[in-house]
Amino acid sequence: MLHLALFLIFGVIAVVGAINLIAQTHPINSALSLVVVMGSLAAEYLLLGAEFLGAIQVIVYAGAIMVLFVFTIMLLNAGAEEQTRGSKVAIIIGIPGMVIGSVAVAWALIRAHTGAEVPVGSLYGSAQGIGHLLFRDFLLPFEITSVLILIAIMGAVVLARRES
Amino acid sequence: MAMPLHQFFTSTDYLLSLPMIMLALFGMGVLIIDLLLPPEWKRANAWTALVGLVFSAIAVYKVQIADRIAEAHGQAGSFVGFGGSLVADRFAIYFYYLFLAGAAIAILMSVKYLEIEREQHGEFYALVLFSVIGMMCMASGYDIVLLFVGLELMALSTYVLVGFLRRDQRSNEAALKYLLLGAFSSGIFAYGLSLFYGLAGSTNLGQIALTLEQHFLANPKDPVAILALLTTATGLLFKIAAVPFHQWAPDAYEGAPTSITGYMSVAVKAAGWALLLRIFLYMLYPLRPIYLPMIIFVSLATLTAGNLAALTQSNLKRLLAYSSIAHVGYMLLGLVAGNTNNASSTGIKGIMVYLLVYTFMNLGAFAVITSLRRRDIIGDEIDDIAGLMFKAPTEAILMLVFLLSLAGIPPLAGFWGKYFIFLSLIESGHYALATVAVLYAVLGLYYYMRIANAMFMRRAETAEPVSLSPGLRLALAITALGTVIIGIFPEVFLRAAAWSLSVPQASAVAGLLK
Repeated sequence: MLHLALFLIFGVIAVVGAINLIAQTHPINSALSLVVVMGSLAAEYLLLGAEFLGAIQVIVYAGAIMVLFVFTIMLLNAGAEEQTRGSKVAIIIGIPGMVIGSVAVAWALIRAHTGAEVPVGSLYGSAQGIGHLLFRDFLLPFEITSVLILIAIMGAVVLARRES
Repeated sequence: MAMPLHQFFTSTDYLLSLPMIMLALFGMGVLIIDLLLPPEWKRANAWTALVGLVFSAIAVYKVQIADRIAEAHGQAGSFVGFGGSLVADRFAIYFYYLFLAGAAIAILMSVKYLEIEREQHGEFYALVLFSVIGMMCMASGYDIVLLFVGLELMALSTYVLVGFLRRDQRSNEAALKYLLLGAFSSGIFAYGLSLFYGLAGSTNLGQIALTLEQHFLANPKDPVAILALLTTATGLLFKIAAVPFHQWAPDAYEGAPTSITGYMSVAVKAAGWALLLRIFLYMLYPLRPIYLPMIIFVSLATLTAGNLAALTQSNLKRLLAYSSIAHVGYMLLGLVAGNTNNASSTGIKGIMVYLLVYTFMNLGAFAVITSLRRRDIIGDEIDDIAGLMFKAPTEAILMLVFLLSLAGIPPLAGFWGKYFIFLSLIESGHYALATVAVLYAVLGLYYYMRIANAMFMRRAETAEPVSLSPGLRLALAITALGTVIIGIFPEVFLRAAAWSLSVPQASAVAGLLK
């Protein structure tokens, strides 16, 4: 029960974050919303039992890739710094939303039997399980993905090359 | 506990992936050799790529022989690799040859064209080779993960190829549009697949089909299954540019380099069809009563919109884009034929024949359009082809052959594609659909003849001569021979198409086709 409640809560947070990502006009705000999406996805993975994937999600996506995103945005949009007295959206939706989210999580945790642990799903989520999936069951898709990444790099180089 | 390598990667796995390994090796080879070549030698990349395609074709032939031997030993249908995620059945092998032929002809068309556009780079040929790997995964994948990764591999290479002419505004715009809509449709498709995974608990097509069959018996109107079907079908119909998911096609076709437009309209489309047939016939056949009305609607909409929009186009590439949408409509009718529970094997055979003949006739037409691109002339308007008869009579006559074949006039190849589709409709009692399709075929003749009229009856707008490069000459010869020979001696090719569908007894899908 608690498991399902937490899963739904994080699912809603991820969807709201994704909608906010599109709705925001400033790229930095969008990037930060993406952090929220990535973070709640990590929690979802964890709840499904994919603990390795959850950790990687936080380290790689919410961490490294987002830092890169923010750097790029800052480099490209190096305009004058804007200072606001706090956005209206944040006050009207953001803060109450955060409060509601925290209360919901806290409520779900308190309502559960004290001391009970949230069960982790039964997917092959350990590093060993992932290794088995990647190098045995999904060996070919895994190898094809390496070609896919090569194409992505090559495509970026081709489309961005200088006039000679 | 350490497991020996041969349990993960058996010799069968190696053999079945050999065609892809060859393409990957040669693709990377092109990239490396490109760095060593002086600018005036860049066209050598095309030859490396062609050799790669030949080697890949030899590997496919090896797979075909191994398949035959396995069948002779009574192990038919067990010829699967990578834990059941790759199936090298006849269906896949047929499509392998189709992709390789399409890619080879497109490369022959590209050499001179890229020089004129001053975009002769090795990456172009490498991307074509890599996209074929993706197509092969789409044709032989028996696992939704592999199918999806293959689809993305092909789509990503095509996005870059469409935008390859960086100096051309249209090419950039087309690539961006194609990328955005393509990513959107891939997302919808992946969503549908994830729902099927959720329903079945397996990524294997056969497993999903079995679970769906039981699920469907117990609960015929399950909204989740229907949602999954709708999203999956939307993604697939987008990839083959069926109405109402076709808006990207005319823009992408017009903006892309002409040889790539040809490549997209045959090989990329054939790969989309391979994926669609794989999913609809092998995974979703228990849901046929639900998706049948939808396919009927889409095919009629596609025929109507494609044919009517083609009537008024003044740009050759756009006209052929709409005509290729219309052709998708005919092929979809092949999927409709049959009764509620089983697809008609004549209809599916019609689709296979159609894709084969379409490869030759449409690439031929695009080869002629490619030759119209000269130093200062973009050459893709109907006005540019005017008076071609007086400048290059051979080319004009070949173009007429391709156009007549596209219109489905016997004894050319295009006739046989339409013949089997119509035959399958009549066999299964869809008389109204057959009548509509024939009427649209007559309408099609009109806009193809508009091009012919410009070539033969009008005076040339410019005096600039039209000359053929050796590569283009070879491409035209192959496509023209294909169009005429399949038209006059269809037996061999019809047998090949029937062969590709003769599913071995032991297979789980035997009895699937009527």
